[in-house]
Amino acid sequence: MIRSTHLPLLITLATFLLAYALCASAYPAMLSTRVISNLLTDNAFLGIAAVGMTFVILSGGIDLSIGSVIAFTGVFLAVILRDTSIHPLMAFAIVLVITTVFGAAMGALIHYLEMPPFIVTLAGMFLARGAAYVLSTESVPITHEFYDFLQGLYWKAPSGGRFRLIGGIMVLTFLVGILVAHRSRFGQNVYALGGGAQTARLMGVPLARTTIGIYAISGGLAGLAGIVFSLYTSAGYSLATVGVELDAIAAVVIGGTLLTGGYGFVAGTFFGILIMGLIQTYIVFDGTLSSWWTKIVIGGLLFAFILLQKGLTWATQARRRRTVIGSAAPS
Amino acid sequence: MQDQMRPMLHARGISKFFPGTIALDEVELCLHPGEVHALLGENGAGKSTLIKCLTGAYRRDGGTIELDGQEVDPQSTADSQRLGIGTVYQEVNLLPNLTVAENLFLGRQPRRAGLVSRRKMNAQAGELLRGYGLEIDPAEPLTAYSVAIQQVVAIARAVEMSGKVLILDEPTASLDRDEVQLLFSVIRQLKDRGLAIVFITHFLDQVFDISDRATVLRNGQVVGTRVLSQVSQKDVVTLMLGRQLEARVHERRAGAAGKPLVEFRGLGKRGSIAPFDLTVHEGEVVGLAGLLGSGRTETANLVFGVDQADSGSIHLRGKEISVSNPREAVTHRFALCPEDRKTEGIVGDLSVRENIAIALQARQGWMRPIPKARINEIAENYVRALDIRLASLDMPIRLLSGGNQQKALLARWLATNPDFLILDEPTRGIDVGAHAEIIALIEQLRADGMALLVASSELEELVAYSTRVVVLRDRRQVGELTGDRITPDNIVHAIAEETA
Repeated sequence: MIRSTHLPLLITLATFLLAYALCASAYPAMLSTRVISNLLTDNAFLGIAAVGMTFVILSGGIDLSIGSVIAFTGVFLAVILRDTSIHPLMAFAIVLVITTVFGAAMGALIHYLEMPPFIVTLAGMFLARGAAYVLSTESVPITHEFYDFLQGLYWKAPSGGRFRLIGGIMVLTFLVGILVAHRSRFGQNVYALGGGAQTARLMGVPLARTTIGIYAISGGLAGLAGIVFSLYTSAGYSLATVGVELDAIAAVVIGGTLLTGGYGFVAGTFFGILIMGLIQTYIVFDGTLSSWWTKIVIGGLLFAFILLQKGLTWATQARRRRTVIGSAAPS
Repeated sequence: MQDQMRPMLHARGISKFFPGTIALDEVELCLHPGEVHALLGENGAGKSTLIKCLTGAYRRDGGTIELDGQEVDPQSTADSQRLGIGTVYQEVNLLPNLTVAENLFLGRQPRRAGLVSRRKMNAQAGELLRGYGLEIDPAEPLTAYSVAIQQVVAIARAVEMSGKVLILDEPTASLDRDEVQLLFSVIRQLKDRGLAIVFITHFLDQVFDISDRATVLRNGQVVGTRVLSQVSQKDVVTLMLGRQLEARVHERRAGAAGKPLVEFRGLGKRGSIAPFDLTVHEGEVVGLAGLLGSGRTETANLVFGVDQADSGSIHLRGKEISVSNPREAVTHRFALCPEDRKTEGIVGDLSVRENIAIALQARQGWMRPIPKARINEIAENYVRALDIRLASLDMPIRLLSGGNQQKALLARWLATNPDFLILDEPTRGIDVGAHAEIIALIEQLRADGMALLVASSELEELVAYSTRVVVLRDRRQVGELTGDRITPDNIVHAIAEETA
């Protein structure tokens, strides 16, 4: 059954299909599995980070630190694999713990000190970026046979597309994210928090646990995104992924999640990512357009979706006014 | 009646101190199972504080709470919910972004294999609500339904989670008559199930309609608990106020008003209020009557320059003046107490003193600050004169109760010593005692020679203080009543006329 709350998600989906149809009519080659597999591979790290960002925004917060955390993770892995003999899997575990604890600490500050998430995560952004610089200011290449092994894992589609491991990790992250958001008590608490922290508290939602959990997830997924990014680039560089948090926010909003929290879907973010990737692919295919057109189109899309959300809010309010008081039937 | 049965909740010696005041002084409250117990008192009597102490929102400074025979000490609202005390507030405390079922089951969703089962949740929610007489689709967003239904959902949630004591804090304040009946049928049903229900409201009729007993608070103390079938409304009001409520006799004031003060000729604004003529004399109260949306507030705003007229003129003592914004109105010694004091009147975080002084300072101009001692004197004067109850002039005004906020707002405008005072719904949302005081105040201001224009939806009240009543309908002046013709019946008649 289609409900009005699903409308933003449906519009995002329709936008994606329309955009894809347009691209395909201009360049039929864009229908190939090669393009689709690259779409997943190229946007894997952004998609993983955007899942965390979706939880944060659903709860009414924001996390500006993820771009820096991704860069820190990359540098940390590169340095530790260069200077020690720790197995990459062990390094992955260590870095995931660090980034998760980092996120949890920001969540704790936000909750216990009642600080705006914007400020706390801004501080986190500088801290993580600074820590990356401290480890190394230069790009550190990663050469490890286990990395080669992971990078060599792919499933080759009949028509030549290579679906690589990191794209799979992203899809898996989205699936788990969807389950957690919609089918777990924690996920319901996230929505409750976004609907109104004060009310949620009165209804018995454990605010501290939920807030800390949300930012821990965001931090941990940024760490995972960092691992994926290091697999993607085979290097760690402290200047990498500047502003990725803003791309993630854009994907979440284009995916139909309300920036003020409470409404939205993790699945929407997936299509938000695909739409943004599609625009980039189109520009590559075209070959004459400056890559800055990506930014312009994404900016335009964002505006369109903000207007759409405002329009939907107005429509809901108008409907509520029309609801006959005392009548049990929903209008 | 099994009078000897064990009380469901027995609170004894509950005390709560705030800096400078004793909010609760050894309060005792005893609730039996299957009882609706009204908690009554004027604004500031301590009702909310008592509820907050019982539900753990405040830490009490003394006393014990016995719930179902066991001593409990709730640390938070969530804690008291778990113990069995559920609370439903006036503003529905549910989440507008969730569905009805999600709201009902937040925190205790039915799960299958570790995952929340939406199908089970929706089915259980539907069944639960049918028990309350609601046939609604629980998978719809909460906001698809009216406030009354949301209120019932909130009650259902509280009962399911707690199930021993249900506290209803002004649940009917924003409901109409039919919705109140829906709510009451739910309350009766819960009563039969053996819950102890605390009912807080300002509407005495409703108290007598549904409650078995009432405990009356005054100044933080219990002044009595009564079985309502044995007392009259007047007895209860007397308990609440601590004095006899003078029967509202008002000798019909002779039309001997003073000189005309302000005259509005053909004043109007398209789409807001049709052009009207109105003269207000010194020592006269002109009442504005009409249904919601009939143009009462629009008239008040137009006269004070909040909205700009597109036709007509305003004359003050015979001379034409311009009132194109509230600042100009203030320089002509006009004053307006707006309808919605929360959003248009008070500045919540400023102190009571600053709130009182703000209009006077605005008229003086910011270049000439009023000396602190003078502000103090003015504020103290009005606090005394209007009997505003507060701990200190320095406390933020948002901490005052509704009636006291309204009085502080009145003080703000009275401090500017206006010639023409416009009041829009001066008694909205305040209790019986403050109500009577404000009516008395209006009468006194009139006797002192002030000209007043009062918009109100309460006919009894208009009849009590108006020397003349102007009736509005569909944003148009449709009639005027004077002298002995001012009765609630005649006003209703004038409002209804021609519509048939």
